Amino acid sequence: MASVTLEKINKVFGSTHIIKDVDLQIGDGEFVVFVGPSGCGKSTLLRLIAGLESITDGELSIAGGVVNDLPPRERGVGMVFQSYALYPHMTVYENMAFGLKLAKTAKDTIEQRVMATARILQLEELLHRKPKELSGGQRQRVAMGRAMAREPRILLFDEPLSNLDASLRVQMRNEIARLHHRLGSTMVYVTHDQVEAMTLADKIVVLRDGRIEQVGSPQTLYQQPATRFVAGFIGSPTMNFMPAQLVRGDANGCRVTAPGLGELTLPQDAGGLPHGSGLTLGVRPEHLRLAEADGENSFEIVNVEYLGNEVYVYLEPKAGETLLIHRSEASDRWQTGQRVALIPDLAHVHLFDDADHALEIAAARRVA
Amino acid sequence: MNQYQLIKLAKRVGLYALIAVVLVYAVFPFYYAVITSLKPSGELFRVDFWLSSLDFGNYAQIFTQKSFVRAILNSIVVSLSVVAIALLLGITASYALGRVRFRGRTTVMLTILGVSMFPQVAVLSGLFEVIRALNLYNNPGGLILSYTIFTLPFTVWVLTTFMRQLPMELEEAAIMDGATPWVTITKVFLPLMWPAMATTGLLAFIAAWNEFLFALTFTLTDDQRTVPVAIALISGGSQHELPWGPIMAASVTVTVPLVVLVMIFQRRIVSGLTAGAVKG
Repeated sequence: MASVTLEKINKVFGSTHIIKDVDLQIGDGEFVVFVGPSGCGKSTLLRLIAGLESITDGELSIAGGVVNDLPPRERGVGMVFQSYALYPHMTVYENMAFGLKLAKTAKDTIEQRVMATARILQLEELLHRKPKELSGGQRQRVAMGRAMAREPRILLFDEPLSNLDASLRVQMRNEIARLHHRLGSTMVYVTHDQVEAMTLADKIVVLRDGRIEQVGSPQTLYQQPATRFVAGFIGSPTMNFMPAQLVRGDANGCRVTAPGLGELTLPQDAGGLPHGSGLTLGVRPEHLRLAEADGENSFEIVNVEYLGNEVYVYLEPKAGETLLIHRSEASDRWQTGQRVALIPDLAHVHLFDDADHALEIAAARRVA
Repeated sequence: MNQYQLIKLAKRVGLYALIAVVLVYAVFPFYYAVITSLKPSGELFRVDFWLSSLDFGNYAQIFTQKSFVRAILNSIVVSLSVVAIALLLGITASYALGRVRFRGRTTVMLTILGVSMFPQVAVLSGLFEVIRALNLYNNPGGLILSYTIFTLPFTVWVLTTFMRQLPMELEEAAIMDGATPWVTITKVFLPLMWPAMATTGLLAFIAAWNEFLFALTFTLTDDQRTVPVAIALISGGSQHELPWGPIMAASVTVTVPLVVLVMIFQRRIVSGLTAGAVKG
């Protein structure tokens, strides 16, 4: 168990700058998830922490000591790979004992540690099997066991669930969460799946093009996304974005107008922006209400998806290509082809400026 | 019987006839050598397609010759050494060429391929000088050296393509477990590379076992010769007589181990070769 500190970490491959000035503090025992679209550098960042890639510039410390030049085995990290990468010719026991053997651990200590790990992961029955005789979920557990057996200070996961089918993924997700509770060790987890990120993390790090977009708890990221990118990335179905214009704004709030929705009074502080500046309105699908079409406020329903516990209604946007989505509890009131009015829940509307940064809730409102 | 069935039958017969032709073409010379080796010397020149009597005289004759037995031992030592050295160097080289990124990697690979294209005769005189300089003339060491030179390119190529197919994450997992490159090669990669090792090892063995030109050129005395040369130098009672019986007996004797080896490893040869070639 240990904390990790990244200070101005950079990674350059040839002429491509993959990781740009990443600063991050990972606390002792925290479960941190790196999330982002493919190619954003999240796996590279994990490999930098693991020591599989060299750090071009910056400082990485684990438990207070700088580890930039230490090989992986001396950093006290264990890693679970996407393809599990189990040694195919070794039994489960040998797979888990390999690292301990290389560290010249005493034989009975090895046995003790492997058995203890196997008990935690319920692998006792499988210890004498080869990886090819195991199911996907079992292989996944062995891969975790191998990383855990050496009792690393930090456990790293590189998209560990992406090779599993959907139902098994949910099950393993739960097991990993419970494992973290039980072990209390620091874990860093990479995924492109925002659901995994939301469900597992104490702290989510959203990466984009090698930079940190936002760091925060799942709640913070969902309720107060700092940028339009985070707002669109976290949450499923994704947030609806509509163009809007600032009518007037002061420290107490602002009024904006959006095509179709008319003029809205919002609690955001738009004090610094000139009147008439272009904004983006963001509303989550569950923060929209549908009503009978009302003059300008009239959107055509293009599709209705019934999911049992909830219904997604897709609407033709006034601008752009992306369909607007409304989500509600099951109701069969709405049909394709109908025209409806959209009423956003004003307390949960997000506003982004032309640089895609979120406008903060006005100070006066926050106090109240 | 209708026409369709007739055509089917004709195709069948044609197929088996073709197989028979190929089989006879491939196996007959060896079969005839076996038969000849089992004939008494008086009947040597009577053409027989079946074995009429068993006579192990020829075998007795060659195995009582000390030089022939010695030649077999030399061949075994030389071939096994070549296989061992080629595999050791091949596996380490293939790790470097397949796994380590460095400048000029492709150049090195192409150079290795280029070396294997020279005909033996082209390097014979140069190699002779090298072997003289190294004081390995008339010594199995000289043969081991020269055979390894010719075996290594193929070994390195096949093992490199095979090594490249092993997933990168496997090596990284080993690194995370604290393995050095040598441990990774011996404990993780080697057990997975047995098919490729068996293939290349066997081919190296066959090449070294059958090689004639170098063996003839780089040895002088009977006690340093390998089997192919020893067979060629078996002489009869006078210079006008070629002792076919003993020659055939010797040939059969040295071919049988190869046949057995190939039969043991044939599955692996096929899987190893295609694994290296197709998926590479």
